[in-house]
This record gives sequence, C-alpha cells and structure tokens, in this order.
Amino acid sequence: MDERLVIRPLMQRLSLRQGLIQVWSNSILNESLTYFLQLVISGIAVGSLYALAALGFVLIYKATDIMNFAHGEAMMIGAFLCYALIVAGMPFYLAILLTTAAAIVFGFLTERLVLRPMIGEPQFAVVMVTIGLSIFLRSLSGIVFGHDNKVFPSPFSQTSINFAGLVLSPTHLWAMAISALLVIGFFIFFQYSRQGLAMRGVANDQDTAMLMGISVKRVFALTWGIAFAVAAVAGIFLANVMVLNIGICLVAIKAFPAVILGGLESIPGAIIGGLVIGVLETLVGGYLDQTLPGVKDLTAFVVLFFVLMVRPYGLFGKPEIERV
Amino acid sequence: MRSKTFRETYREDIRIFQTIWVRFWFVIFAVLLLSLPLWADPYIIYMVNISGIAVIAAIGLNILTGLTGQISLGHAAFVALGAYTSAILASRYEFPFWLAIPIGGISAAFFGILLGFPCLRLKGLYLAMATMSFGVVVEYGVTHWESVTMGVRGISVPSPSLFGYSLGDPNRFFYVTILLVSLLTLTAKNISRSRIGRSFIAIRDRDVAAEVIGVNLTRYKVMAFAISSFYGGIAGGLYSYVTTYLHPENFTLLLSIEYIAMIIVGGLGSILGSIIGAVFLTVMPDIIKGVADFLGRQLPFMQGLYDEEWNVAAFGLLIMIFLIAEPSGLSGIWTRIKTSFRNWPFTY
Repeated sequence: MDERLVIRPLMQRLSLRQGLIQVWSNSILNESLTYFLQLVISGIAVGSLYALAALGFVLIYKATDIMNFAHGEAMMIGAFLCYALIVAGMPFYLAILLTTAAAIVFGFLTERLVLRPMIGEPQFAVVMVTIGLSIFLRSLSGIVFGHDNKVFPSPFSQTSINFAGLVLSPTHLWAMAISALLVIGFFIFFQYSRQGLAMRGVANDQDTAMLMGISVKRVFALTWGIAFAVAAVAGIFLANVMVLNIGICLVAIKAFPAVILGGLESIPGAIIGGLVIGVLETLVGGYLDQTLPGVKDLTAFVVLFFVLMVRPYGLFGKPEIERV
Repeated sequence: MRSKTFRETYREDIRIFQTIWVRFWFVIFAVLLLSLPLWADPYIIYMVNISGIAVIAAIGLNILTGLTGQISLGHAAFVALGAYTSAILASRYEFPFWLAIPIGGISAAFFGILLGFPCLRLKGLYLAMATMSFGVVVEYGVTHWESVTMGVRGISVPSPSLFGYSLGDPNRFFYVTILLVSLLTLTAKNISRSRIGRSFIAIRDRDVAAEVIGVNLTRYKVMAFAISSFYGGIAGGLYSYVTTYLHPENFTLLLSIEYIAMIIVGGLGSILGSIIGAVFLTVMPDIIKGVADFLGRQLPFMQGLYDEEWNVAAFGLLIMIFLIAEPSGLSGIWTRIKTSFRNWPFTY
C-alpha cells in the first residue's frame, strides 16, 4: 500500500485541526479580553458609587477626626426622601435640591444633638456613638419607610450605551461625572475658600484654630451638613442603580475599605480607593463566583484587612505619629 | 460604728465582697437563683439561660474592650466559632456537651490569638475596622462552607446528657449555665484584680507608658484577645445547646453591636457592669413588647404598631444616651446610689 495515501489525508486532517484550534483560541482570547474589559468597566461604574459614598466619610474625618458609621443611613434617608418627593409629583431636579437642603439640616441636627456632647471624649466613645446612631436610624427608617423594595423613578435613560462591545448604563456615567465634579469642587473649596481653609485648620489642630479666631463649633456643623448633603446625593444615585430599600445603607460598609485604602484624610484617595475596590470586587465576582458563591461581597473586607496590616494609613493618608 | 468605707490595705481594697452585707445579699441572691427551677415558669428559666450566655459573652468583650481598651466589632464571630465548633462536634462526632463546649471555647481562643497577632499594631478606629472585617469573613465562612456548617439550612444540636442523665430540659440545663456563668465571672473578677488585669488597664490608659514600666504589650494584648474570644466561644457553645439550632443569621454584625451595647450600658471595664448590661439588654426587648402590647390594649390607635425594629432602635438609642449622659453605665449609677446611701447623711 502506498504510504502517501495514508499519510497525506492524515496530515491534512491534522493541519485542519490545528487551524481550527488556532481560530478557536483566538476567539477565546478575544472573548476573554472583552469579558475582562467589561468587568473593569462595570467595576469602575460600581466603584464611582463607592467613591461617592467614601467622599462623605473623608470630609467628616478630615475636619473632625470622627469616623461616621452612620453615613450609610444618611445616604439611605436621602434616597427615601427624594423618592417620596418624586412620588408626590415633584420634578426630579427640584426633588434633588430639596433633599440636599434637608440633608444639610439633618447634618446640623446630628452634629448638635449627638456629636457635640462628645467633644473631648475618647475616640472609642465617639465611634460607638456613631454606631449607635447608625443602628437607631436604620431601624427607625425600617419602621417609617417599610421593608419592601421600591423602584426609583429614574430620570436617566434606561437604554445602555454600547461602546465597541462594552455596555455601560447612563446612570453610572452620571455617577462618575458627579463624583468627578464633586472632587474638583471640594479641591477648590479646601484650597481657595475661607471656610475650606478654616476646616483644614480645625483638622490640623483644634486649639490653634480656635486661637486664630475660627469657630470650631461652626466648622463642625458645616462639615456635617456638607457631608450629609454629599451622602444624600450618593444615596439618590445608589437608589437609581440598585433597588431602593433599607439595604442601601450597607453600601457604606463597602465604602470603609475604599476610605482606608485611599487614606482617611485624602479626598483623591477616597475616589481612587472606591474605584479600586469596585474594580477588584467585580473582577473577583466575574471570575470566582462560579467556584466560591458570594465571594464578591467578601473582597472588599479582605482588601481592608490586608491594607490595615501593611499600610494602615492608606495610599495617600498621613502616617500617625504619636507623641508621648 | 463605721461611717464610710475605710480601707487600710491594698488587699482590703480589692476584696470581692467589700462588706459583710454584700456577702449577705449575695447569698440570698444565690439561693433565689438556684431555686428558680422549683417555682419559676419555663419562660423565666429560658430568659435566665439566654441572659447567662449574654453575660459570658459580654464579660469576654469587656475584658478586651473595657479593660484593655481594644475596640472589637467582631465579637459575634467568636461566639459563632464557638457555637459551630460545639454544634458540629456534638452532632457529627457525638461529643458529650462537657467536652464540646470547652473545645468550642478553645477553638474560638485559637482564632482570637490568630487575629490578635496581626492586630497588635492597630488601635482605635483601625482596630475596629480590622475586627469588623474578621467578623464579616467568619460570617461568610459560616454561611458558605456548607459541607461543614450546613450553611443557611442551619444545624441542629442534639440534647445534652451527662453520664446517661438527660439535660435536655431547660430546667436542668439551667444549672450548667449557672455553673459556667459563676465560674467564668469569678475568673474574670480575679483576672481583673490581679497583675494581668492591672497590665490590661495600663495598656488601656496609655500603651506606650505601659510598655515603659515593663508591661509586655505583645503578650498582654494577645492574651486579652485570647481570653475574650475564649469567653465568646464558651457563650457560643452554651447558645448552641440552649437554642438547639444554629443559623448563620444569628451571628451578624448586629450581634457584635448588641454586645457592645451591653458593655456600654452596663459599664465599660466593670465585671458587675457586664452582668447588669447583659441581663438588662436581653430582657429589654420583652419589656418593650410588653409595654407596646399594654398600650395597644389601652389605646386603639397604638394597636399593631409594635415591630421587631423597635428593639434595635432601642439598642441604638441606649448606646447614644449612655455614652453622652452616663459613660460609666448602669454599674456607675448603682455605685453612686450605693455610696450615697452608705455615707448618709453625709454627701461623701
């Protein structure tokens, strides 16, 4: 039997198969790259919401040295208030403005009633007061607003934007734009305005600030007002992306790792921390959720733990120096 | 006649029973407590069991947070570790309860040491964050490691027995709880008034200064973590036997916050405070429910207004009120009343 008769078809078949493998792996590579990019994009989208939440934490910590555990509740109450106003027939933009104004008043009240009596108390006590405030507000909201899911009447278009195979919703784009705007706004505020300078002074040293004629009490009240306003805006965006229910305040717990990663005093740090946490979380969710269900929600805390071990003051924070 | 407390030696100052009257009232209290199963109804027995568990966990947290000054937002994790260890040993390997509970405590203490070492360099806020993330990780593990913990289906615990004598009846298991509570309370009291406790307090007040006067920070901080988590683990083990069913939802961040509320309301750094706070906050939801029911009967518009959420709201409100108005807690109020009576008619 002629050898060629046997071998040639075999060779042909082999090369054919190799070609197939080539094509197949190319498409896999392409697909996996698209998948990866899509995950990163959605991660940035989620992260921009974390960043918005983290911004409020940093504001309060920067000026008053308090970690506000009740921040998530401020976001949730803002979202619910805005929802109630819209349902009552108010146009979206007016509702946002009114909610922000109400949040500022709410921030003033919180500072006056809960935090001002704690000035001069050990940090442990102050942290615990905000934790107490947090579960108090959360359960009170549960009683007032109920536990069912509500769909937020979104003003943004629901059709997602398709860019070269990557999908993104307009709400996320808006959230990114708003956080960028807020960061620039705060940068200008802290750098150039009188009140911003006063806040930085108070953050640096309360006694010296007082000696320079800055009213520390007013600065504190202002800080809480602004932070709660930012929280309300963040809450409204969250309600647009997720369903509106009491669980929204749990997003703030995700913002802790973002704040710690970025550094507690750093506003750009909060944004970068939020984005990093968002991207990491989505990547872990996209690749590991099949094998370890629910591991996505754990990512932020594992990151938090390792950041605390390696660099507790975060990427852009100041290392704490203790004088004895 | 002595007109006020007057102590001549240090030993006298740290005595557990300061006066003969304290001893007298204590004996009466003990007799009443031990005879409870003879005359009280099952509901009270159940409440005493649950309060006892809360007391153990709260004392543990108070050693770490109140005495040593290390904030922990992850105490529920240790309770969960102890509870699941005991439950799995008892249900799958048929360990008797008197082995399962201590092993649960030891396994929790092991994890406490494991957490304590990396947490040595953290304090205040950062420590709170680290312990909180530990709590979240444990909660995740308990929920998702289904081959071991049964996940959200929950795990049921066989009823305990001692040498063939069944202790499944709450009236009988009551004595196990009381025994453990008294043993662990006595241990904690002795820890707090010995060299170890004084080192803890020195670390709380100023860790650098404590190190300068010769307190080994590594050793005592890790020790505080270990003791605290051991107490949490024992409480967890008891919990699994009293409720006979474990579910991951019982061990969330909210439980950690409840323990913190207990020690704040009771009094930070005080053993008596942990007991008062734990009992008070365990009984409080039922008091609120009772008051709401009563009001519902009297005023028609109040009917059906009661919600589980009221309890959590009350926890939050109590934490705030006590921290703002009475940082020394219920035990501080108690001491003040006692001294003012003892010194009467003088103010102090």
